[in-house]
Amino acid sequence: MSVDIQTVRRIAKLARIQVSENDADLESMTTELNAILNWVEQLEEVDTSNVSPMKSAVETSLFQRADKVTDGGYPEKIVKNAPRAQDNMFVVPRVVE
Amino acid sequence: MSNMQERRGQVIQGVTGDWEVVVGLEVHAQVASNAKLFSGAPTTFGAGPNENVSLVDAAMPGMLPVINQFCVEQAIRTGLGINAKINLKSVFDRKNYFYPDLPAGYQISQYKDPIVGEGVVTVDLADGQSVDIGIERLHLEQDAGKSTHEGDHSLVDLNRAGVALMEIVSKPDIRSSEEAAAYLQKLRAILRYLGTCDGNMEEGSLRADVNVSVRKSGDPFGTRCEIKNVNSIRFVAAAIDYEARRQVDLIEDGGEVDQETRLFDPNTGKTRTMRSKEDAHDYRYFPDPDLLPLEFDQSVVDEIARNLPELPDQKKARFIEELGLSAYDAGVLVSEKETADFFEEAAAGRDPKIVANWTTGELFAALNKSGQSLSDCNVSAKQLGALIDLIADDTISGRIAKDVFEIMFEKGGNPAEIVEERGLKQVTDTSEIEAIVDQVIANNPDKAAEVKTKPKAIGWFVGQVMQASGGKANPKAVNEILKRKLES
Repeated sequence: MSVDIQTVRRIAKLARIQVSENDADLESMTTELNAILNWVEQLEEVDTSNVSPMKSAVETSLFQRADKVTDGGYPEKIVKNAPRAQDNMFVVPRVVE
Repeated sequence: MSNMQERRGQVIQGVTGDWEVVVGLEVHAQVASNAKLFSGAPTTFGAGPNENVSLVDAAMPGMLPVINQFCVEQAIRTGLGINAKINLKSVFDRKNYFYPDLPAGYQISQYKDPIVGEGVVTVDLADGQSVDIGIERLHLEQDAGKSTHEGDHSLVDLNRAGVALMEIVSKPDIRSSEEAAAYLQKLRAILRYLGTCDGNMEEGSLRADVNVSVRKSGDPFGTRCEIKNVNSIRFVAAAIDYEARRQVDLIEDGGEVDQETRLFDPNTGKTRTMRSKEDAHDYRYFPDPDLLPLEFDQSVVDEIARNLPELPDQKKARFIEELGLSAYDAGVLVSEKETADFFEEAAAGRDPKIVANWTTGELFAALNKSGQSLSDCNVSAKQLGALIDLIADDTISGRIAKDVFEIMFEKGGNPAEIVEERGLKQVTDTSEIEAIVDQVIANNPDKAAEVKTKPKAIGWFVGQVMQASGGKANPKAVNEILKRKLES
């Protein structure tokens, strides 16, 4: 498996990671990513057909919580680090649906 | 799917012939829980901005999700209510996208391994036909926050962020806007019977994404459009009607339907493009490393199954078989849990058919007229029952009962007291009725003579006597006395 420049640019955009506009700069990143993908691909050589996926490093099951209200009620704290807030709401550049 | 062959779907007439509408619904139902799916913040509607938000919901660094057991149980419960397969192991995945109302940059959802698999909901249509609509899956996921827009900025309130939703996905088995509306109505009723979702569409506890495509009969499925977040049953039907017509016109004009997300505008009755193709869904799902797979034993499912309430279909069958109601009346009465509960309380120890007639007749008419719902109207089930008792024991006639009902509905009060206060008791004392009959006959000798040749003319006398008694005379007694006096 390998990726091309277009794919790298698209993934960067979807992940909101800023990358260079010009193809030459993206080329090296693409090469690096393909090297990683190739390396991971080597793992496929190991036969895991009889091994069940490891779901956790610790042998435990998902902890479930009771349906009780134990949190919330501090809107000032929630918006405290916001660059801009108004009436305890986050203020962001206008998003249009 | 036994009825699928004979069933006639909605036909859209185009210049090139008839088109068939294909619809699938994704319904988002908010779990009726106290706390959110992965945090201890409350879910109450109408709280102040960001009041119901924990640091987990705001995706502050280092915060970890812990699942709410009650929400898991409600998903299982709902799965059982839609006759679906419950998966003893399911997985939570991250659905990645960026939007200001989603602080983590991903929604915790279930992708490949949902908690509930395939099921079926049987839907009754207006013409008496039933249609089985297949369920593809039900999964648990987080709701997003809410943004409101002001000038060049948007305000984000995360109160809804993290609230537990059950996304119930139907198969593309729906063939008309009527079926879609009936399906949503039925699903809502099932959720409310189960108590797993309050079904309140105005508050957004239940909303639907509607997938619509068109095709010529027998063709493969056409390209679909998804109409997002439709929040009333009526709008679902309207959106389908508009969208199907739009697609047919588009295709017949030589165009192609783009697979896209659209919005329904209730003011214009139209749908419009919501997201551009550039941002086409590419969610890069992967299992959430913060959450282990959700696993439980069959015994958990069995225990929930044992405690399931009677659901609309079962209740309808019982109303027909045990109470002798018509399929239509039974269907109407079970369509809302509230109505079914009201009817059952009023019918306890009484003639169910009479109670059904009063409920679907006088009561529904009055509710429709006043725009009230059963829960905020003046007449309680006990009071309606008491009114019917007064007819049964001849205290009042059916006609007077309607007047009493009107007073009960307008002003409230117990029927027996209203009858007493207003002197509406039926006159069963024959001597009193005889006196009125004699008076009416004496005043109308010509008409009296007519009855001898035209027996049907007696009806006129019944009316006169009833009127003279202020409607209080027992109609049966009036008939008997008139017959005796006029026909002999």
